Amino acid sequence: MGALGDLAEGFSTALTPQNLLFALLGVLLGTAVGVLPGIGPAMTVALLLPVTYVLEPTSAFIMFAGIYYGGMYGGSTTSILLNTPGESSSIMTALEGNKMARAGRGSAALATAALGSFVAGTIATLLLALLAPTVVDLAIGITAADYFAICVLSFVAVATVLGASPLRGLASLGIGLYLGLVGTDVLTGQERFTIGVPQLSDGIDVVVVAVGLFAVGEALYVASRLRRGPVQVMGTSGAWFTGADLRRSWKPWLRGTAFGFPLGAMPAGGAEIPTFLSYATERKLSKHPEEFGKGAIEGVAGPEAANNAAAAGVLVPLLTLGIPTSATAAIILAAFQGYGIQTGPTLLTTESGLVWTLIASLLIGNFMLLVLNLPLVGVWVKLLRIPRPYLYAGILMFASLGSYAVNADPLDLVLLLVIGLLGFFMRRYGWPVAPAVIGLILGPIAETNLRRALAISGGDLSVLVDRWVSRVVLALALLALLGPIVLRLVRGPRATPEELQEAGTLQRPVAAGRDRGDDGAEEDR
Amino acid sequence: MPLSRRSFLAGVVAGPLVTTLAGCAGTVVQPGDLSRLRIMSPASPGGGWDTTARVMQRVIQSSGLARNVQVFNVEGAGGVIGLGQLARQDDDALLMMMGLVMVGAVDTNESETRLDDITPIARLIGETELIVAAANAPFDDVQGFVEAWRADPSGTPIAGGSAGGTDQILAGLLAQAAGIDPGQINYIPYSGGGESLAALLGGQVVAGISGTADYGPQVQSGDLVGLAVSTAERSDQVPDVPTLVESGFDVEVSNWRGVMARPGMTDAAREDLIQLVVDMHDSDEWAEALENNGWEDQLLTGDEYGEFLAEEETRVRQILQEIGLIQ
Repeated sequence: MGALGDLAEGFSTALTPQNLLFALLGVLLGTAVGVLPGIGPAMTVALLLPVTYVLEPTSAFIMFAGIYYGGMYGGSTTSILLNTPGESSSIMTALEGNKMARAGRGSAALATAALGSFVAGTIATLLLALLAPTVVDLAIGITAADYFAICVLSFVAVATVLGASPLRGLASLGIGLYLGLVGTDVLTGQERFTIGVPQLSDGIDVVVVAVGLFAVGEALYVASRLRRGPVQVMGTSGAWFTGADLRRSWKPWLRGTAFGFPLGAMPAGGAEIPTFLSYATERKLSKHPEEFGKGAIEGVAGPEAANNAAAAGVLVPLLTLGIPTSATAAIILAAFQGYGIQTGPTLLTTESGLVWTLIASLLIGNFMLLVLNLPLVGVWVKLLRIPRPYLYAGILMFASLGSYAVNADPLDLVLLLVIGLLGFFMRRYGWPVAPAVIGLILGPIAETNLRRALAISGGDLSVLVDRWVSRVVLALALLALLGPIVLRLVRGPRATPEELQEAGTLQRPVAAGRDRGDDGAEEDR
Repeated sequence: MPLSRRSFLAGVVAGPLVTTLAGCAGTVVQPGDLSRLRIMSPASPGGGWDTTARVMQRVIQSSGLARNVQVFNVEGAGGVIGLGQLARQDDDALLMMMGLVMVGAVDTNESETRLDDITPIARLIGETELIVAAANAPFDDVQGFVEAWRADPSGTPIAGGSAGGTDQILAGLLAQAAGIDPGQINYIPYSGGGESLAALLGGQVVAGISGTADYGPQVQSGDLVGLAVSTAERSDQVPDVPTLVESGFDVEVSNWRGVMARPGMTDAAREDLIQLVVDMHDSDEWAEALENNGWEDQLLTGDEYGEFLAEEETRVRQILQEIGLIQ
């Protein structure tokens, strides 16, 4: 295989002490910005672009790749421990991960996230090395109608995070869809719901909403409960990653990779949609469906693998065609151009040394991240021993700092606080917050692609089922929607574990309203 | 114990934050002192304006024209939010990067601050726009494309960048020159050259418009057909592609970028800024940057730049009205 020989050569360049140092620097920086809510890898790479003027290209790209992968690792840490997703692709991790942390299983959640990220990152990077040209042909063929079908499937997947009360869950989704409408309409350039505030014309940033609903809402909620009892310190005693955890994690890792890599390779796929789909799949396939909503390890393993695999997938169109499909990829492309490197379909032939070194250093960086993160698990988990008033004060400060740093605009802080208050009331009255964030992410993608497909077809609706990709995906969505109903009709009215669990959780809003214990038995979020 | 852990965490997170916030810190500068300069990029990091601002930063610093140059980003609304901030500044050592897109954005976003409220310093560079067709399209030159387009404007989807930007402006001007009603154009906006490139390679749209840097490599490799470039002269990146004027359409558009300064500054302060930009322009580093980025040198300073801006405003407003994006 020519590719393996090229990869070996890439390793020989990437393994020089200097390049290893840049890889280490990159993964350290990446982990740090991933942990911080509001500051992502895209912004970090952009701020570091000036170093491309002094570094040679190979070293600079090795560092950027490290930041990129590191950000995906770091995002899970705060999601799990503090219910504060550092990146939008870590939102699904918070659902089960934080419940695990509250039940004293934080170490296991962090470990499955780190190991899953490593497994997915490694497999996906190898796929990138071996299959990039094949995958990209398929990815390029994905049309606007296909994207719309994928969005429909993702909307069906949202059903799994609606919580005990479907009505509240759907209302929460509606809030997210509405927030997604705010801003400039992509197709006509007209402003919608911006109430004359120019800062709203680019829409409401997903990061501000995610940080507001999760972090600020959580902090306010905890604050409102503090005087209702002694200050509790969350348990960290739970067992480390056990053999049973591994047996429950490895399949979700692989399935997450299978979602993440191809969707990441699609020009408008992104890293969020595969995490939604992975979470929904794990919930459906799990042998322990009763644990979902209370801290199921599969719900952490799948999405964390998916977002790392997506990160590698994004590099497929970037390196083979010069097409950036994420903010970070766009900035890495700008860095290529800053060096006067011709990107595009010829990059693999004209700069093959650079590309293979980059791929080799991704594998190295991924390994470094594992070595770095596994021992850190113990350190991170101790964060939870900080008394809650200090801990949540710190979260509020970093959340505000992160939101403010993006634009240095005080209005972002007002927006963060308003959305935080919304998050507080949603918690107080037992509305799950995840559907709102998912609605905000999916709504605009679904709308743009539906309208784009219809504009291209001249308003002909049949374009939506014109291609086999759309048909298969829509059929899957239909199956997921109707399958359980049909199954129930066939099997008769016997209660499934999921229904039993729902019956159990239905009584919770009352209990959650009074006391919020640490046993993880609160309202679904 | 918790204290030391917290300070450890603070250290981990403070590093990148300090870097971030440094860009936002204000600098107090004496009048006439340009040794410390700030450049506002009214867009997100990594885009065209931001790249140009950061290249300026590097060239000005390395050629010793100023000791300390900072670039900071004020994102939003096609740059209009940055424009509004500039109008409230009283710092003479502050430049704002801008370009053709901002001319349209002032109208589409109904900005209170207009471009003639602030001080024009210089136009710096231009990027050539490239019109391409999908490889399976039934034509291989711009005349053939325009014929198909005229026959069925709404059935000829054209991909490009965001609504009201340079790409759509060029589509409108070409339609106008070809006798097609700009209001009938089926323009499909994509976020950035990458996504529209995928739609073109996948054959979803018939034609596409973007910067030469976005589509050039695919034209060179034969995956896309180069129909025309938008500037007066052919582009070095795609030397075989004719200009629109050569092809018989009287349309010239350059995606130019320039710098502006705060309103109400003294003539002396303005002259100092213009001199700084001209000195930067004359450096070897700048020439090299133009070469690396495929930028065209389009230096135009002071009042001449102001007149050029006024002409562009009229032209852009008229075509955006005909397309139907503004009233």
